[in-house]
Amino acid sequence: MTIDFLIYKIILVLIVFSITLLVATYSTYAERKIAAFLQDRIGPNRAGPFGILQPLADAVKMFMKEEVIPSVSNKILFIIGPGLCMLTACMTGVIIPWGKSINIGGVDYPLQIADVNIGILYLFGVLSLGVYGIMIGGWASNNKYSLLGAIRASSQMISYEVAMGISIIALVMMTGTLSTGEIAAQQGVGKLWGIFDTPSFNWNVFYQPLGCLIFIICAFAETNRAPFDLPECETELVGGYHTEYSSMKLGLFLFAEYINMFISSAVIATFYFGGYNMPLIGRWVHDPNWLAILGFVFLFMKIVGFIFLFMWVRWTLPRFRYDQLMNLGWKILIPLSIFNLIITGAVMMRHEIITYFFK
Amino acid sequence: MQLTNRSQVVSKKEMTFLERMYLPAIFSGMWITFTHLFKKSVTIKYPEQTREFSKIYRGQHTLKRDEIGAERCTACGLCAVACPAEAITMVAAERKPGEEHLYREEKYAAVYEINMLRCIFCGDCEEACPKEAIFLTDRKVDSFYTRKELIYGKDILVEGIEKDKRVDVSVRETSSVAEFKKHNEFAHNETFNKNKKTKIDRH
Repeated sequence: MTIDFLIYKIILVLIVFSITLLVATYSTYAERKIAAFLQDRIGPNRAGPFGILQPLADAVKMFMKEEVIPSVSNKILFIIGPGLCMLTACMTGVIIPWGKSINIGGVDYPLQIADVNIGILYLFGVLSLGVYGIMIGGWASNNKYSLLGAIRASSQMISYEVAMGISIIALVMMTGTLSTGEIAAQQGVGKLWGIFDTPSFNWNVFYQPLGCLIFIICAFAETNRAPFDLPECETELVGGYHTEYSSMKLGLFLFAEYINMFISSAVIATFYFGGYNMPLIGRWVHDPNWLAILGFVFLFMKIVGFIFLFMWVRWTLPRFRYDQLMNLGWKILIPLSIFNLIITGAVMMRHEIITYFFK
Repeated sequence: MQLTNRSQVVSKKEMTFLERMYLPAIFSGMWITFTHLFKKSVTIKYPEQTREFSKIYRGQHTLKRDEIGAERCTACGLCAVACPAEAITMVAAERKPGEEHLYREEKYAAVYEINMLRCIFCGDCEEACPKEAIFLTDRKVDSFYTRKELIYGKDILVEGIEKDKRVDVSVRETSSVAEFKKHNEFAHNETFNKNKKTKIDRH
């Protein structure tokens, strides 16, 4: 552990942190613009050219609002709630492999903050912690509707975490690793289905289409996005866990959702859509540093694509009813993910099964 | 009785497996929204562009003057009676000698107020008016700070006496009204009659 290493890590953390915040900020703008385009409108266009300063105006508005802390609330927990939400949202970014390593002066610098060998476990641990921010926030408000909203949110997130976890187990079985860096790297080598020799196109989505679908659906539910946005539906269920919140504390809750969306997109892209790998690019670019930078650009393009998918779905589908939500989670997605797990296991052990039954 | 063929019979048959999967329906819905990405937006950027008013748009009222600049209103109160929102009030007064250039009839409205908060812009007042004094125009009612400002008096309602301050309401004149005005025998304008020297037979 040299001082170089420490500086490099700090720089990487700062870059990833600022990119996360920037993307989340502009996601709010993109959301409004995409919503407008899908509804034949123009969207925000007054703040700066094409309204690109709109997030800034929104932030100023949020900061300027009066900060109301209900007198009956538990003040400490009331303040911790949104902070915890934001913290857990930002923490998941560290295990995303943003690209291959960059070689400077003969030393390899991987573009991943922490390539822990239990990356997926860490991811799930932090994701589960995200429920606490919402639960504490809703509970500390000391308001029936906030509490109900928080319970609604946490039960939804807990339900969908199960299906998400099982669909990931199938992936882990297939790749044989819990490290996200390793999963991303594996998708860049080998032949697709052992047949097609397209370099860097060995993406997991071609092996786990069902698992990928389940994972994406659960990611929608985990980030509280439509059509699973019951925890915070403004129109019919009195807001939800953030009913009592105002000013920037409300802003943090809403902002955490956008960070979660960005991170979920990154995770989907890394786990199933090849991460920083892009087919055919290795034919024209050979310099490893350029490849790493291009890999980051490709990953970013995939992330932006998934963020668009998130918004596209939000402005297309109506919201689930609560019983439909629970039916979908417990009666459909969990059995499906277990089925996916069994099929994955069976395909992996096909030689043993064949020799056992047809010897 | 079937008026259109747009109604659909509700069927409560069991959904097929494909329908129960929801995914095809979701994808078709997403395709529909996706096509809207490339459609022209219908927004009118208001301060820069304004929507064209229809010819018969009913906006802020005006109290017309006649050709020589005298107020046409005779404070008969028919507009106030016709008003379904009871927005119009007036106080009548008698014309003094020497005021013939100000008021066309012997009686005039000393106070004429329309409460713009109550007004529903139905246009019944202008239909009721026998003197063609009140018209609704294509001007919008200004925004305001206090409710009191919205009680428009004669200072706002009566059009200017100068030719360039007159409010053009010719688009609101229907062909039947124009036809009616052609016949002098129906004219009730005293000064008009004096000028034209027409005689009205009294029965």
